[in-house]
Amino acid sequence: MTEKILILSLVLFSITIIVALFRIIRGPSMPDRVVALDMIGVTLLSMIAIVSILLKTKAFLEVILILGILSFIGTIAFSKYLERGKIIERKSDS
Amino acid sequence: MTIHVAIILPFLMAFIISIINKKFTKIHIGWLALTVPIIVFIILARLIPIIASGNPYTHTYQWIPSLDINFTTYLDGLSMIFGLLISGIGSLVVLYSIFYLSSKESLQHFYCYLLLFMGAMLGVVFSDNLMVLYAFWELTSVSSFLLISFWHHRKASRAGAQKSMLITVTGGVSMLVGFIMLHMMTDSYSVHEIIHQIEHISEHELFIPAMILILLGAFTKSAQFPFHIWLPDAMEAPTPVSAYLHSATMVKAGIYLVARLSPIFGGEMLWFWIVTTVGLITLFWGSFNAVKQTDLKALLAFSTVSQLGLIMSLVGMGSVAYALDFEADTVIYTQATFAALFHLINHSTFKGALFMMVGIVDHEVGTRDIRRLGGLMSIMPLTFTVAVIGSLSMAGMPPFNGFLSKELFFAAVLHIKDLNLFSISSVGILFPVIAWIASVFTFIYCMIIIFKAFLGRPLIQKVERPVHEAPFPLLVAPFILCIMVISLFFFPNTLGKYILKPAMVSIYPNLAPAQKLTPEIHAWHGINTEILMTIAVILIGTILYRLLGKWMGIYRFYPPNWSLNALYVNVISGSESLSNKVTNSYMTGLLRHYAFYIYSFFIFSVGVFFFYSGAFSFSTENNASIEWYEWILIGVMLLAAISILFVKSRITAVILNGVLGFGVTFFFVLFRAPDLALTQLVVESVTTVLFLLCFYYLPEWSTEKLSISTKISNSIISITVGALVVVISLAVLNFDKFERISKYFEDAYNLAGGANIVNTILGDFRGFDTMLEVVVLFIAGLGVYTLIKFKAKKGGTDFED
Repeated sequence: MTEKILILSLVLFSITIIVALFRIIRGPSMPDRVVALDMIGVTLLSMIAIVSILLKTKAFLEVILILGILSFIGTIAFSKYLERGKIIERKSDS
Repeated sequence: MTIHVAIILPFLMAFIISIINKKFTKIHIGWLALTVPIIVFIILARLIPIIASGNPYTHTYQWIPSLDINFTTYLDGLSMIFGLLISGIGSLVVLYSIFYLSSKESLQHFYCYLLLFMGAMLGVVFSDNLMVLYAFWELTSVSSFLLISFWHHRKASRAGAQKSMLITVTGGVSMLVGFIMLHMMTDSYSVHEIIHQIEHISEHELFIPAMILILLGAFTKSAQFPFHIWLPDAMEAPTPVSAYLHSATMVKAGIYLVARLSPIFGGEMLWFWIVTTVGLITLFWGSFNAVKQTDLKALLAFSTVSQLGLIMSLVGMGSVAYALDFEADTVIYTQATFAALFHLINHSTFKGALFMMVGIVDHEVGTRDIRRLGGLMSIMPLTFTVAVIGSLSMAGMPPFNGFLSKELFFAAVLHIKDLNLFSISSVGILFPVIAWIASVFTFIYCMIIIFKAFLGRPLIQKVERPVHEAPFPLLVAPFILCIMVISLFFFPNTLGKYILKPAMVSIYPNLAPAQKLTPEIHAWHGINTEILMTIAVILIGTILYRLLGKWMGIYRFYPPNWSLNALYVNVISGSESLSNKVTNSYMTGLLRHYAFYIYSFFIFSVGVFFFYSGAFSFSTENNASIEWYEWILIGVMLLAAISILFVKSRITAVILNGVLGFGVTFFFVLFRAPDLALTQLVVESVTTVLFLLCFYYLPEWSTEKLSISTKISNSIISITVGALVVVISLAVLNFDKFERISKYFEDAYNLAGGANIVNTILGDFRGFDTMLEVVVLFIAGLGVYTLIKFKAKKGGTDFED
């Protein structure tokens, strides 16, 4: 029973990703796409958690942590790029 | 041993000359060079009695014994003739060149090249090992190239040198292939060992190809039709070089080779026909073209071509004797070879003298153009004497040696026409006819030399300096040759006994007692067909010479762009522009095209190979089942991947790329690879950030305007490649012939002390790969750093390309 619920939730999360992907492809604006990517990251994070329950392993907990950090960093980088046009600024620029 | 010294000596002296030239500025360096051919000549002359008594002189130095390549010298009668010619005429030419070349020329180069050539030529004629012979053969081509382009500031010299190099080296390489074929048949490189195996190889399938390839080498070197075109252009060389290389020695290397290999290939019908017909065609074509030349050296060049054809055809006719069993009649045909050898010597003497004569005229008058010369007889009587002796001997007049060899030649063609072998009888009558016509032309151009250059009206053009007789030292060498010309007429049998007889024995090793091979040469042999033919040559030749202006028009019958020279030029420039076109057609500079070639090659080689070998076999029975959500995720990734191709902005593409990366991470998770998933995530994020970093510097995304056909071909290629890779990986999946080695790694805790198999493999079992990948990262980092830090300064040189 638990397993079925878990798989059902995986399917639902996958559909979420499809919806997010639709937003990425259609846009219309760039921030839309970045937010959608961030959403995909978080959704994947949850999926990995469910998968590790299904697989009965603790090996993927690091992946979840890293994914959390990196999707944050990625979103920050995109946002900065969209705002300033570049990510790492030189000292003279500031 | 002595012969080795004779070969090495010129090389040694060439080395010495190039070193000490700076220290001896007072003495003409040629005197030093002169010692070499004289010493070689003396060495060889002392061996004449031993050789004449029928004892070949052989010695071996081991060079590469494991490959059967040894520096073996073999001195027999045939090599002796050539050795004496090379050293004898070599001495005279060096003597002549000492007075011919002014000390302002770069003499050390001249004598260095000349001695190199001399050594190479001696090596060719004395080598018994085919590979060594080939090495020296190419060395003669190279040194001849250097000598022809001696005045390398002139365009014509360079062109002539290039042409002769291309033609002779092409022939040389084909000859090498022929030699290797001979080695494959007989397992030996030694000419004399091969001769002993004739019976075993004549049926071999490589026999005929080897024969043709070797003949190609001999014909190109000896300027036979249609490869004679390099010889007239080689006349840009200094005259001593023309006299030495292009009349007396190098161009006879091909004849030497044909004569040397006659015991192997002679007796074959093809050999007889090729050698004889090519010789006769060359004989006719050379004499025919010599008449129209206006440059004396070009005239002599064509006459050399013609005479070489004569000798070649005689060697070919002589090869008939191998096909016959020995009987008294056979001797008649061996006499053709005898005539060839005799004329070989004669030609070297009178042609050398004639070239030197032309050199003197050029030196004293300043031109070699027949149209500007005339009336030199009273001004240069001694030179005139040389010219008359040389020309009349070339025309075959008594009392000069050319007469004797011409009579022998006529005798040979008359004998051959009656032979009932090789289906000669059907066209036999052509042999004497062609020979006779060529002799008439020979007579005409000899008359042109005498009458147009030395007799007739005096010089019409003003010459730069007062013309006077050449200095005496310049005349010494041609005079010695003229004395040879006359004395060979009066005492031909001395030469026959000591020089020609052993040569005949070495050409016909299995035939007849030697006495019968060497006929007595008589200056007067009664009234017979030969002498009548000679008289007819003189009569018709005189008449035709008188009417020269009337029939010169026939040379305009064929347009100049139909000549062999034009063909050569067209082939060279045509192949150049063709290869240029071909290269430009595919080396477009567009990376897209190169990728296209690479992928299509992949498709055709791998795909076709897989298809033909039947490697595509699929079964799904071992596959795991696919879950619902996996289908959906695969759908997501497919959608993202396809959308990347069509998006309009870069940043969207990068975001979609991120989606793909996340998808891959998730699959790593599903397939239980936590380490891979971690690394994939980090790398994905870093690349995304790097992409974004670069974007600031990139211009707006402008998609390339591609035509529809390009788009279609691109998509076909990409779809095919993708399909192929998928099919291959599916096929590989079913490849289950060997046990997996991963079981071994499952014991990682006991073996390496770590529970994480992936990490133990990376750091322990296969740590070497990891180290090198670290190095790769290090190099990449350094590369990025240098690219950013050390860019070329503004206005600095562009280091690319």
